[in-house]
Amino acid sequence: MAFMTDRKRANGMGSAKEGTHHFWSMTVSSIALAILMPLFIFNFGPMLDESYADVQAHFAHPYPAILTGLTLIVAFMHFKMGAQTMIEDYVKGGARKITIIAVSLLSYAAMATGLFALASIAL
Amino acid sequence: MADVNRGKRPLSPHLTIYRPQLTSMTSIFTRITGNAMLLAALMIVWWLLAAATGPGYYDLARTVITSWFGSLIMILSLWALWYHFCAGLRHLYWDTGRGFEIKQAERLGIMVIAGSFILTVLTLILI
Repeated sequence: MAFMTDRKRANGMGSAKEGTHHFWSMTVSSIALAILMPLFIFNFGPMLDESYADVQAHFAHPYPAILTGLTLIVAFMHFKMGAQTMIEDYVKGGARKITIIAVSLLSYAAMATGLFALASIAL
Repeated sequence: MADVNRGKRPLSPHLTIYRPQLTSMTSIFTRITGNAMLLAALMIVWWLLAAATGPGYYDLARTVITSWFGSLIMILSLWALWYHFCAGLRHLYWDTGRGFEIKQAERLGIMVIAGSFILTVLTLILI
């Protein structure tokens, strides 16, 4: 440590040159969700307590199917990135990486499961 | 050089030293609501999967999600969603470089809180 030069210590610690990418992705997805979520709540919400047959008929229509699919994709991407920011604030070291990976995998899995279910209802 | 006082530099005052303020509280609730919605999101994915599986499994998911406990999670998450929605709009407004004066920031905070409850009640009435 004592023999390390200042240059050596600073090397590799600099800007990753993509610092604004995460911020910009959150901005874009937040605007998408600001449009999607009100539509989704009023289209999807009432279905939670409908009969099996009514649910099948509902998601067979293009508008509810596309709206639900879009919401699943954008919401879970937005969640994945937002949760990452929280983890980076509160978790340190190796645990940080593991937690970020776990949350990312969970987000992808939930997204894929939702899309599969939606496709099998709709088609 | 860079080794001077390494590891024992003075720290600026942090969270523990401040009295809770409208701005800081509405900020942390943006994070809490955003992350807490994961539970409702996973329940909705499960509900969709059940609806894709068959009538028997669907009835189970429907019963769980409309039980008192399921409804509690859904209604709290509905509020969380509207809160996060309003707080997100506030962030987009801040991103344009406006609304940072203390009076404006506090007014925005009140608008976020009021908006979240109004929108939640409105949604529950309309759905």
